[in-house]
Amino acid sequence: MDTGDTAWVLASAALVLLMTPGLALFYGGMVRSKSVLNMMMMSFGALALISVLWVLWGYSMAFGKDVGGGLLGDPAQFFGLKDLIGIFHEGDNLGQPTHLVGTVPALAFVAFQAVFAIITVALISGAIADRAKFSTWMVFAGIWATIVYFPVAHWVFAFDGFTAGPESAGGWIANQLKAIDFAGGTAVHINAGAAGLALALVLGKRVGFGRDPMRPHNLTLVMIGAGLLWFGWFGFNAGSAVGANGTAAVAWVNTMAATGAASLGWLALEKFRDGHATSLGAASGVVAGLVAITPSCSSVNPIGAIVIGLLAGSLCALAVGLKFRFGFDDSLDVVGVHLVGGVLGTVAVGFLATADAPAGVDGLFYGGGVDQLWRQVVGALSVLVFSFVVTYVLGTILQRTIGFRLDEEDEVNGIDSFEHAETAYDLVALGGSGFRPGAAPVPTGAPSSREVPA
Amino acid sequence: MKLVTAIIKPHKLDDVKTALESFGIQGMTVSEASGYGRQRGHTEVYRGAEYTVDLVPKVRLEVLVDDADATDVVEILVKSAQTGRIGDGKVWTVPVDDVARVRTGERGLDAL
Repeated sequence: MDTGDTAWVLASAALVLLMTPGLALFYGGMVRSKSVLNMMMMSFGALALISVLWVLWGYSMAFGKDVGGGLLGDPAQFFGLKDLIGIFHEGDNLGQPTHLVGTVPALAFVAFQAVFAIITVALISGAIADRAKFSTWMVFAGIWATIVYFPVAHWVFAFDGFTAGPESAGGWIANQLKAIDFAGGTAVHINAGAAGLALALVLGKRVGFGRDPMRPHNLTLVMIGAGLLWFGWFGFNAGSAVGANGTAAVAWVNTMAATGAASLGWLALEKFRDGHATSLGAASGVVAGLVAITPSCSSVNPIGAIVIGLLAGSLCALAVGLKFRFGFDDSLDVVGVHLVGGVLGTVAVGFLATADAPAGVDGLFYGGGVDQLWRQVVGALSVLVFSFVVTYVLGTILQRTIGFRLDEEDEVNGIDSFEHAETAYDLVALGGSGFRPGAAPVPTGAPSSREVPA
Repeated sequence: MKLVTAIIKPHKLDDVKTALESFGIQGMTVSEASGYGRQRGHTEVYRGAEYTVDLVPKVRLEVLVDDADATDVVEILVKSAQTGRIGDGKVWTVPVDDVARVRTGERGLDAL
């Protein structure tokens, strides 16, 4: 065990965990004031639920020994993380963990990968703002993580012999296809983006989409959220080296360079096209750049990272307009930013990878031919199609059974008061009345048709 | 008595207050309002999507005055709130039957 590596992986895990509350702010500021709490609750709900599922069977499904074809880990092998938590109580290894992943305790790796699962689920919620029943969202989150994220994490992140014993096989994208996805351009961003598109189609457009102004209600929240995502993302990318080493440092610098370039790219495009450089554009560019450099941060040089960032910022700024052209209400642009940015970053590896970088592979522009390029394209498309199809089916089943979409009246009145019996902002001191300490919640003025317990 | 109501640009409020005070008006009610007239609203762009914001912020100012002062007060309001650009607002006057001061119970002109 290496203590430096362990410290970095544990710290990175905490950094990445902060991204989900950051995402809640980023998304929350972009919706209207009547639905900010629900928007944030979808992230916090995912945070709570996936934390538990990851311990129970998530880690095992992703990183247990392969049950066949590189498609899935054995859910029973590490169920409840049994057997992974021991330390030696005597002998030369006194105090050392009994199970390592690379040079770090298995549980440090469990922690680091857990927060990836959490944020991937939370990312999807941006596509279905203002209109999804919270209870159904939670059911969806648990099932989606189990049948989509955990398997895909196995495909992409489980290397042969890395987590489930020296002889064990891992996932097919990492080991057979050998696509390079350093920190989750496919498993996290394409996955969440495709799922977001599917859910936006299943749930349909918000009432008034394309007609009523649906302005972000608080851009300062969006900026704070983008800042927290940016900060946490250094754990996401540099932490994916699973060690405090040269690869981590390269990933860190590439992440910084690409993100800055992407924000510049988005702002430049806006200024040129719309006449103003906006704060929402700056924040969105940051996220687009972070997404695109995620798969590629170990395989390109810093100049390549800047190119990827500029492309991501400007292309995503164009892509967010697609929903109006095609008429799907991907409310907060999960498709335009995460799906497009994820595909761009993943495929860019095939062009811009250089053997000088830690991954040690040359892309098309560095004389490597198309060998890596086709692997990247196949990896990206596989996750995209799998996630879209399974999510579409799952969402449709939930909509037809327990119902996924809110009633129109409750949606128009505001999902916060209907689903959570709360209002985000109390800006008028009048209006509050009938406080009864300890009594059942009184939906004073809440436009809810629910029965109120006496 | 008359109730004079003015819808003005928010940044002109201080000028209007000063002008009314120097005329001798001792009280007024001010509230934030939003609306539009012939100038309509403005446009904002979020992630490339252009929104027309119909309602623009305004200040609504209400003053109760003696009938004899009404014309002067309207004139002062117009003069002090004017920028000459579109969206300067409106001033109107309506008759008031009675006024009571809550503290003392005085009625009519005494209550102003």
